[in-house]
Amino acid sequence: MPLIRNGQPLADPWTMVADDAPLPAGAAIVSLARWLRDRDALLGRNQPIGIVLPPDQAVDELGPDLDRLGVVALEFRSFRDGRAYSQARLLRERYGYTGEIRATGQVLRDQLLFMERCGIDSFVLPNDSAVTAWSEAIREISVWYQPAADRRTWVVAARHGASALDGCAPAG
Amino acid sequence: MYRYDEFDHRLVAERVQQFRGQVGRRLSGELSEEEFRPLRLMNGLYLQLHAYMLRIAIPYGTLSARQLRMLATIARRYDKGYGHFTTRQNLQFNWVKLAEVPDLLADLARVEMHAMQTSGNCIRNVTADHLAGVAADEIEDSRIWAEIIRQWSTLHPEFSFLPRKFKVAVTGSPRDRAAIAVHDIGIRVVRNGAGEVGFAILVGGGQGRTPVIGTWIRDFLPRAELLNYLEAILRVYNLLGRRDNLYKARIKILVNAVGADAFRAMVEAEWATIRGGALALPEAEIARIRAYFAPPAYRALPTVDLASAVRDARDPAFAAWARTNVHPHKVAGYAAVTVSLKPHGGVPGDMTAEQMDALADLAERFSFGEIRATHEQNLVLADVEQAALPDLWRALGAAGLATANAGLLTDIICCPGLDYCNLANARSIPISQRIGQRFDDLARLHDIGPLKIKISGCINACGHHHVGHIGILGVEKHGAEAYQVSLGGSGDENAALGEIVGPSFSADAVVDAVETIVATYVGTRTADETFLDTYRRVGLKPFKEALYAAH
Repeated sequence: MPLIRNGQPLADPWTMVADDAPLPAGAAIVSLARWLRDRDALLGRNQPIGIVLPPDQAVDELGPDLDRLGVVALEFRSFRDGRAYSQARLLRERYGYTGEIRATGQVLRDQLLFMERCGIDSFVLPNDSAVTAWSEAIREISVWYQPAADRRTWVVAARHGASALDGCAPAG
Repeated sequence: MYRYDEFDHRLVAERVQQFRGQVGRRLSGELSEEEFRPLRLMNGLYLQLHAYMLRIAIPYGTLSARQLRMLATIARRYDKGYGHFTTRQNLQFNWVKLAEVPDLLADLARVEMHAMQTSGNCIRNVTADHLAGVAADEIEDSRIWAEIIRQWSTLHPEFSFLPRKFKVAVTGSPRDRAAIAVHDIGIRVVRNGAGEVGFAILVGGGQGRTPVIGTWIRDFLPRAELLNYLEAILRVYNLLGRRDNLYKARIKILVNAVGADAFRAMVEAEWATIRGGALALPEAEIARIRAYFAPPAYRALPTVDLASAVRDARDPAFAAWARTNVHPHKVAGYAAVTVSLKPHGGVPGDMTAEQMDALADLAERFSFGEIRATHEQNLVLADVEQAALPDLWRALGAAGLATANAGLLTDIICCPGLDYCNLANARSIPISQRIGQRFDDLARLHDIGPLKIKISGCINACGHHHVGHIGILGVEKHGAEAYQVSLGGSGDENAALGEIVGPSFSADAVVDAVETIVATYVGTRTADETFLDTYRRVGLKPFKEALYAAH
């Protein structure tokens, strides 16, 4: 399935590895369970490592190890399951994670913009037509009423300029 | 009232274009109905029994005359010449065609309206007190905060795929006319010991198949923190609310499962991490929004005692109307007026295009060009000069909008039921029509006094039957429509859930059951007791005995 990262289609440098499969050479994404079980061995490979964070697991589970992870893959088991939006924002805004956050599962064209706003920067898409639609979908709305994990200016900031927001910025 | 600035206009215009694209992809077959469903629901478009239904957002129920005229135009151009006001202060059109919906939305956008988030598992249209700005007991105008919440919740990237729909209501007064206790989040404007204005926050109320009166989780929230705190509640719910069972997915189930104290602790912990952060409201934005809700240019008028003026009125029909449909106003010489959408034998909440046009004219003539929709499916002209009440009454009467029954037995909240809705088990509109016909005697209605009947055609409780003084719930029993009756519910500041009286009644028998309940009340009440007072004094027993005596 095609992958888009930062707006560009690319060949996936990562291999998704099943829990019972041996690790291939190179960059590998494993389940959270495998990561928790084999953490030291996985780090000892000195190869890029990423994990799949299931929607029912708290982001806090990853806290101290986040800077060792090249990718955190979030799961949209159904397009209706919106937990990964919160997970993505927490990864970016609370834990300051700067690596790749990947949307997997039922990743629909009409939800890409919400995902991107929450800090997801790579998308596993169902087919090539979705890749074409990506650039269109991501630009459909240009006005936002709330700050999120992306860099878009929100309306209250645009209305009042930075000065009105002094003292409202996060302390840290 | 609030007016769009360039940002609001651009957002709605872009959303119309986005939806036009989505409809186009559906019509071309690129999207299946299954794929299109979540997209249309994000924009208030349902597929009902007979046709598409479009639910239009009326933020906290506030409409300008210009907007109401556009709704009349839309009713004629795209529907069958009428619309239906809902319990979320919205308006539904029942007969729209899919291919025409993008044009309809473009027409709406011209008058600063939209259909965003009137359905789907997102934060729905925020409701507020329909007497906001004119109620004497108000601490602060709830519309200011409802508008701030409306903007924040619109196309929220994190909270558009919640476990279930999410409803927020705001009251600025200790008196609760917005039924906040049965909302996912209820917000009450309060003043603390230091005289500062802030909010008390309630969570986990709701109706549906598991009715719950919400729990207060915070006594005082500083104003600037409103959106940060809401974001904390929503994030806890989004991450932890159940998604395995549609019927257990509302926030009330989560609050009950973990316990109110534990839920509060989670919210407070989440809030602690974002408090003072990017969503803290700058004073400049609060002031900007507040300015839109500044009082209109009231004239200096002498104080009139409304009650005695009504008593002295020569025309008894006018006096009857004024007694129920006219409400006190905080400004001397003014009154607020309920425009009843409950003519006896009519469909509660329905309004024709002609009536919309007529009321738009009357709003301009008598009430600064503004109309409010109430959650009880009526409309309100909030700023009428008392001296003009007789003229207004005659004009409303000519448009069929002067039924003198606000707050009385025939002022029924009623869902669309099986006549329109594919979730319903039973019809609800014909029951309300027959109750209206049975009690079509104004003198008798006024003697019975304040009595709220609320009818839902299924367990989803869109007709708020749980909080009806008399609640009627349509159920299916052995393949036939049947009606379960409950008593003693209330959606106000003393919110309570009704108690079921006993076995259900047939469609034929349920109107007689209402008659029996009313007769029992009238025979039991003391001098000034309302139905609810009497019920709370004597309880279910005498009503139950009277209803099932023959069996």
